[in-house]
Amino acid sequence: MKKFLIFILFNLLIFNFIKAETHLVDANKIFKNLRCLVCQGQSIAESNSEYAQTIKLVVRDQINDGKSEKEIYDFLIEKYGEWMVYDPPFTKNNLLLWIIPYLVFLGGGILIFFLVRQNNQN
Amino acid sequence: MMLSNLGNILLITNIVIGFSIIYNSFKDLTIKKNFIQRRIYQLCVFQSTLVIMCFLSLIIAFVISDFSVSTVYHNSHSLKPILYKISGTWGNHEGSLLLWVIILTIFSFLFLLYNKKHPKNYRLITLIIQNILILGFLFFIFFNSNPFSKIIPIPTEGLGLNPILQDPALAIHPPLLYLGFVGSSIYFSAAMSSLVTSYSGKSFALSIKKWIVISWSFQTLGILVGSIWAYYELGWGGFWFWDPVENASLLPWFAMAALMHSVIVLEKRNLLYFWTIILCLLTFTLSVTGTFLVRSGILNSVHTFANDPTRGIYILIFLSLMIFSSLFILFKKYKFVNQNINTNSKETFILINNWFMIFYLITVLLGTVYPIFTEVITNHKISIGPPFYNTVIIPIVVLFLLLMAVGPNIKWIKNDLKNFNFLLKIGIISILINFCIFYFFKSYSFLSNLIIISAIFLIISSSRDLHKLINNNKNDFPRIISHLSFGFLILFIGLNHNFSLEKDFNLKLGERKKFENYTLEFKNLRLDELKNYKAVIGEFKIDDSRNNSIKFLYPEIRIYDNPSTLTYEASIRSGLFKDYYITMSNIDRSDYYNIKFQKKPFMLWIWISAMFISFGGFLRLINNGKKNF
Amino acid sequence: MEKRIFKLLIIFFIIFFLGVFFIALKKSSIYDTKDLVGNRLENINLNHFYEDKLITEKDIKNSDFILINFWASWCAPCRIEHPFLLELNGEKKLKILGVNFKDKNENATKFLNELGNPYDLLTKDEFGKNSINFGIYGIPESILVNSELVIIKKFIGPISAEDFKYIKMILNK
Repeated sequence: MKKFLIFILFNLLIFNFIKAETHLVDANKIFKNLRCLVCQGQSIAESNSEYAQTIKLVVRDQINDGKSEKEIYDFLIEKYGEWMVYDPPFTKNNLLLWIIPYLVFLGGGILIFFLVRQNNQN
Repeated sequence: MMLSNLGNILLITNIVIGFSIIYNSFKDLTIKKNFIQRRIYQLCVFQSTLVIMCFLSLIIAFVISDFSVSTVYHNSHSLKPILYKISGTWGNHEGSLLLWVIILTIFSFLFLLYNKKHPKNYRLITLIIQNILILGFLFFIFFNSNPFSKIIPIPTEGLGLNPILQDPALAIHPPLLYLGFVGSSIYFSAAMSSLVTSYSGKSFALSIKKWIVISWSFQTLGILVGSIWAYYELGWGGFWFWDPVENASLLPWFAMAALMHSVIVLEKRNLLYFWTIILCLLTFTLSVTGTFLVRSGILNSVHTFANDPTRGIYILIFLSLMIFSSLFILFKKYKFVNQNINTNSKETFILINNWFMIFYLITVLLGTVYPIFTEVITNHKISIGPPFYNTVIIPIVVLFLLLMAVGPNIKWIKNDLKNFNFLLKIGIISILINFCIFYFFKSYSFLSNLIIISAIFLIISSSRDLHKLINNNKNDFPRIISHLSFGFLILFIGLNHNFSLEKDFNLKLGERKKFENYTLEFKNLRLDELKNYKAVIGEFKIDDSRNNSIKFLYPEIRIYDNPSTLTYEASIRSGLFKDYYITMSNIDRSDYYNIKFQKKPFMLWIWISAMFISFGGFLRLINNGKKNF
Repeated sequence: MEKRIFKLLIIFFIIFFLGVFFIALKKSSIYDTKDLVGNRLENINLNHFYEDKLITEKDIKNSDFILINFWASWCAPCRIEHPFLLELNGEKKLKILGVNFKDKNENATKFLNELGNPYDLLTKDEFGKNSINFGIYGIPESILVNSELVIIKKFIGPISAEDFKYIKMILNK
């Protein structure tokens, strides 16, 4: 038990050193999360199309104007639709998408728990 | 013309043989003898030979550029290098289906041959089901996607193969992947047969185990080769994009990985029989579902085949028949069995492995098909990409890695808690190592910290297993290799993610760009005329002021004629610790070029780790081979 | 009993799954922005083509309908839709706002001299950045808006004979 406490303390100490990540908006990250409408299988980061070049210019401008990552996505979603962003927002339509994986995880855990416990009682 | 006729005749003969194997097997079932008639073996040999001949005749048609065969006309060109003429055979929808049937046929023959110890009825019914699958695909090939259909008048030149597919990695990628995909058919048939003949328990587990390992190892290798190809060919420097086509190859992999573990429980403890059966059925069902998603054009992706909705309908009908008949038999035979499992035993940990695998599987499946559902139900198109998978999957991977380190050291049936202290020590060491990494190099997010810690944890504890192994000589080496490499894979991916440097900018010839400790100079631009394409080649000088090193990279823009396409070739300078990666693309009506520069650490090690994961599987086969035959 | 319900649920679920796949086969997997209508255009800031001045919302709001047409001299399909635009030029309730996209002034002028100028107001978007604000991703593309600048319809690709009839119908309503 004592060892376990030391372990926890040790962890807390170490994670104190982790500085919060700098909050610069990363243009490359945004490019990767945007889908190109011209070459539809690719992201803006990959695509060599003219459209992708223009989007890059606009995104950079907006970053320089101090817009946040989310504001940029919202702007593009308004103009081009939800399809353009690879990260589906948490809306009524996408509720199942975000919830089912965790339900499966939880359900599986409960199932295994009962399966094992039931036998330990016997 | 002759080859096309020959091919069609061989296809028809194959269909006839398929029927006659099924007929003879049924007849043999009624005969009360313990061995299977010679005739069935002969038919199977005949079937395998013919299907290989059929494929060979298609290869020959490609090699001699016989454009009267439509597949050759659509996917080849007489000026193409010979290697890509041959690989073009399976680089298209029709040819790859033929490859699919070859693997089905050969696996079915080998399964018959190598399982002589098992009951006759079990083997025969497996053979019958396998042949039903073969027939299903043969009909599909013959009536819908016939590679041998003729073109009249005969064209003088072919349309050519998409240049991004003319690549050595992509020449071996489909055969490897199909050995995995289609290899899973054999335990689908075996599982059905096991249900029908009530042949279960340890011996059933033994009869399918090696097939699971074979398909899993090849699937791993196939996915790896595909990723390497995507890394250097698609030109954005990544190797995994959670694209629908990539997901389609990953789904059966998860099921196989789960199956590989649960079949051990069935073998050693005679538990989880129905669960193993469900996984067997699921794996091949997922393979066919994946094929459906890729070939029907229902999803758009980077790797699209030429699409045709009638194909989709055929595969969908086939898939439905498969699912419903397996469900029917499963429901009929399912009995509730009380599983005798203790909390702290190897069985529990294997169940936990399966639990995680199913979680990954459902998540990836959901992410892949969800856009289809929103479109059909709400008429609203959405995209699901890396952010979704990363948010949902990565936190769970942390837990998974920790359990993966602990699990294998737990004993069967029941275990005590004495090695807990040891694990604590390993935990502290891995936290320290992680601390050193981010203290001395660069800080990264909390989640990345967790990933790296847990990967190191797995590596250390697997290394300890390896050390113990040398002392007491257990047959656990393949498992340790795979687990250890998996730890390394995640570690290197984690480091790669956090330490890579990416720059995207526009540059004119002669200009320079400075960032961090690098100076990039656009030195030269020249035009080369090669045999089947023209290339605009840029010369870039990278000056690394910290290490005082200079490197030159030569990205290309290629202009192909047949078919006329523009491709962008990345220039990669691979090193032991990092890769430099540059792609260049032209900007229309301007002198500027769009340059993507990347520094990607540990790429080589990612490939090596993944290779060793599958190597573990092959090692298991060799070890078992010594024991069983 | 419980078991039977469970089995039925599984079967129902699989039928649902396969059914969705079946319907989806008939749908196109290519995405376009045609359905994005009903939004209001905002923050319009376009450079006038000839003069050095900005065109904003109030400069174009003075008509019942406005057709915003993105074009360029280097774009071949733009030549196909040009006659329709010329014909629409005479409509009283409609103003045509041209946006010359990533083009050189002299080429654009030459293009208009050759084929005629259908635009009531001509602006330019030199780097293509403004087009993003209009949700444009390829040339030619046109947007029909009402006097409140709410998007009524989007025409992706050149305006066809059918699109032309549709615009006429809207105007005569």
